[in-house]
Amino acid sequence: MSSQLSSARLYKPKVPLLWWLSRRSYTMFVLRELSSVFVAWTVVYLLLLIRAVSRGPAEYQRFLHWAASPWLIVLNAVALAFVLLHAITFVNLTPQAMAVRVRGRRVPGRLLAGSLYLTLLLVSAFLAWLVVG
Amino acid sequence: MSASHDVVIVGGGGAGLRAAIAVAEADPRLSIAVVSKVYPMRSHTVSAEGGAAGAIRPDDSLDEHAYDTISGGDWLCDQDAVEAFVAEAPRELIQLEHWGCPWSREADGHIAVRPFGGMKKMRTWFAADKTGFHLLHTLFQTSLKYPSVTRYDEWHVTRLLVDEGRVCGVVALELMSGRIEAITGKAVILATGGCGRIFPFTTNAAIKTGDGMALAYQAGAPLKDMEFVQYHPTGLPFTGILITEAARAEGGWLLNKDGYRYLQDYNLGKPEPGPVLRSMELGPRDRLSQAFVHEVEKGRAIESPYGPIVHLDLRHLGAKVIDGKLPFVRELCHKYENIDPVHELVPVRPVVHYMMGGVHTDINGATGLSGLYAAGEVACVSINGANRLGSNSLPELLVFGARAGQAAARYAAAAAPLGPAVHAQAADEQRRLEHDLLGRGEGAERISTIRTQMQKIMEDAAGIYRDGDTLTKAADKLRGLRERAATATIDDSSRTFNTELTAALELTGMIDLAESMVHSALHREESRGAHQRTDFPARDDERFLAHSMVYRDAGGSPRVTHLPVTITRWPPGERVYGR
Amino acid sequence: MPDQITLRVARYRPEQEEAPTFDEYDVPLREDWVVLDGLNYIKDELDGTLSYRWSCRMGICGSCGAMVNGEPKLMCATFLTAYAPGPIRIDPLANFPVIRDLVVELTDFMTKLGMVKPWLIRDEEQPVEDGEYLQTPAQLDEYKQFSMCINCMLCYSACPVYGLDTKFLGPAAIALAQRYNLDSRDDGGHERLTVLSQPEGVWGCTYVGECSRACPKGVDPAGAIQRYKLTAATAAVKSLLMPWGQR
Repeated sequence: MSSQLSSARLYKPKVPLLWWLSRRSYTMFVLRELSSVFVAWTVVYLLLLIRAVSRGPAEYQRFLHWAASPWLIVLNAVALAFVLLHAITFVNLTPQAMAVRVRGRRVPGRLLAGSLYLTLLLVSAFLAWLVVG
Repeated sequence: MSASHDVVIVGGGGAGLRAAIAVAEADPRLSIAVVSKVYPMRSHTVSAEGGAAGAIRPDDSLDEHAYDTISGGDWLCDQDAVEAFVAEAPRELIQLEHWGCPWSREADGHIAVRPFGGMKKMRTWFAADKTGFHLLHTLFQTSLKYPSVTRYDEWHVTRLLVDEGRVCGVVALELMSGRIEAITGKAVILATGGCGRIFPFTTNAAIKTGDGMALAYQAGAPLKDMEFVQYHPTGLPFTGILITEAARAEGGWLLNKDGYRYLQDYNLGKPEPGPVLRSMELGPRDRLSQAFVHEVEKGRAIESPYGPIVHLDLRHLGAKVIDGKLPFVRELCHKYENIDPVHELVPVRPVVHYMMGGVHTDINGATGLSGLYAAGEVACVSINGANRLGSNSLPELLVFGARAGQAAARYAAAAAPLGPAVHAQAADEQRRLEHDLLGRGEGAERISTIRTQMQKIMEDAAGIYRDGDTLTKAADKLRGLRERAATATIDDSSRTFNTELTAALELTGMIDLAESMVHSALHREESRGAHQRTDFPARDDERFLAHSMVYRDAGGSPRVTHLPVTITRWPPGERVYGR
Repeated sequence: MPDQITLRVARYRPEQEEAPTFDEYDVPLREDWVVLDGLNYIKDELDGTLSYRWSCRMGICGSCGAMVNGEPKLMCATFLTAYAPGPIRIDPLANFPVIRDLVVELTDFMTKLGMVKPWLIRDEEQPVEDGEYLQTPAQLDEYKQFSMCINCMLCYSACPVYGLDTKFLGPAAIALAQRYNLDSRDDGGHERLTVLSQPEGVWGCTYVGECSRACPKGVDPAGAIQRYKLTAATAAVKSLLMPWGQR
């Protein structure tokens, strides 16, 4: 008479190891996160440059010579690409993450992102002029 | 196997949750069960769009709200209940606001109200055009505060437990595991909504199968005014999706195939460019739906792949008004009809929307069975009479949900403990479910076949216009369907989330209710509100200023009697719109 | 346009099998049919044993979420013709345990909903007799977007963090907390701070952003979460610098 209860066995699907390859947006996300490593490398590289400059012209020349080695050029090229990815995704995501209000009205996303890009461009132009000019 | 509480509430929508909160606040010592066949936020309250009426403006009054409701209901409303309802509605709506409901506001921060069908003054509160959604989520989230409320989510109640004329709980099936348990309580409140799914075209969700009405009916409680079925004038063809009355309240027009605002031909006033209260497109729903039928008969409706339709014109409102006040309407038209109401005409037709009838209750939600209460669309108090005004049903959930909760709390606190007979009844029900249903397997025909036939019978016999001949034939056919439903195929023998089993249970309930509707319609030999008889076209206050009470006899057939309407201050008069 | 389309539907019958399998069904391909219409056709005409949740069929109740060709969608809002000629693959919502066929287990979400105290918390309650709390349309706009969540859980299915660790509070729960935090009538921000600022709260989110993409109601839970990170960080700094201000 007693009922046959269902085992109600829940099926728990497992997330595959390569879950981040299953969708383009996931892959882009992982690359975006990876870019932080290259941002960190860029900071280290900059510090090495500053140390070389502070130790005088000979040390500076040694640094330049090292910087010209092929593998370092490749590394820095890849780092540049990742840093650009980092900057672009950072700027594009900012309006969603921050509600900025001017005189009670919410600043539209594109305006916010646009002003950040403009700032980036201006600062980069200034730095380029400092270094090259 | 059983769980025991003080108050058991069946249904977790607006009325059920409001009742739960009312019990918890009235008496925190009482243990409350909310048993719902779906998670509460799926309840059909969520689909309500237009608004909730409560008289708050200085130029408005409770008496005017009462008069609009009573005349809207063609004088079949119990006026003492209406008086209580209009008095308590504003208070309930403010209580919702205090619980967080995001009512739309005027610029100064006060509650905004808008016009609505059949109302002489502006008194419909609204939360954009998703009022029911916000109301339900506010109630559900607020209910989480009360530790005395235990929820049984996705438990399907199959039977009321009745011991010597006293209701003492329910038997329910837990969908996830298939276990069948008695959930006992000193009081039971039904809040399971209406039964639009008895008809083929309806705004109602899949879950609106009238379970609570059927449970009460099968347990011996009378149903009331079952013949009064509301057709909402503007549903989308094919899906039946609701296009809120608010679209007309904001100024929308109904046009026939000649682009003519045809309502002016039906004693509903003269067309003005803007909305005029209680006139034209803001007339009561029954009259608008009836006008549609006449337009079809005159050949002035538009032919569509889904039958005749008319057009709802919102173009003159402009994008700003539509995006501000009717954003959901724009979204629905775009998604389901590929139409932008800002630039194009919206195809609409009347679809079944609401049951004025239901389980007979008094002004406190008490039914004909001791210990059984009901509130919301499942109940018939009656405040809606022969035709409900738009935006009265959301406050109805709150006012009568609270009243039923308070009444059930008083009853449960004073009630004697339950006898042992319930356990034998529960065991019986378990046997029935396991043997007759789960064990059935291959039957004579599919559930969907019988259901579709029932829906066709109801559309033909219990539509906007009815006649004795068609109703009599329908009664016979439905009796035959009742027998066939008992042997329908149930392929699914699993205990885990068996929705074919629940479909079979819902079907037998729906056929019972369909029969009660047809018999009630047959016995009402007059036309009043939403019940229009071509063979008795006039209203007959001498014989029928009374509710239809329908009981289920021992053989399962309906037996109809009549109960006089309670008249207090508004003697029956003529329903006047547009003048 | 061909007049039929094949649906490959995941089946799971715990009494019979250890893991999900697939059944294929041919359903009519009609212009106004959504995936849900296809499933209803299967259940009514072909196979009554198929189990799935649905109710309003107009995208407001949140019942009918499923993975359609690998994307979390509301089946009532997804048209068959968008996938023609098919076949269309239908799986239960990702990242949730499966009870049966397309029905997933939701108790984790329901628990989390309660954890964020999703109700109005006031320092001082005014009696109802005194009328409504005032709130301007601008104040309503502050939180309105976050109040639109229909609890469909597509965001949890889209979120890889939740997929890898179900302890994460998740997009909808946090968006709901924000709905109350940003409501001008609410004073309960500090009460919600604890649960939101724990590691499995907002800090579990790595801003993948898929939740907002999947959301059928434009709630933008990703935005809600990032904005709260700022709020939580500011609160942490304040309590560090001004510990006497603690409640």
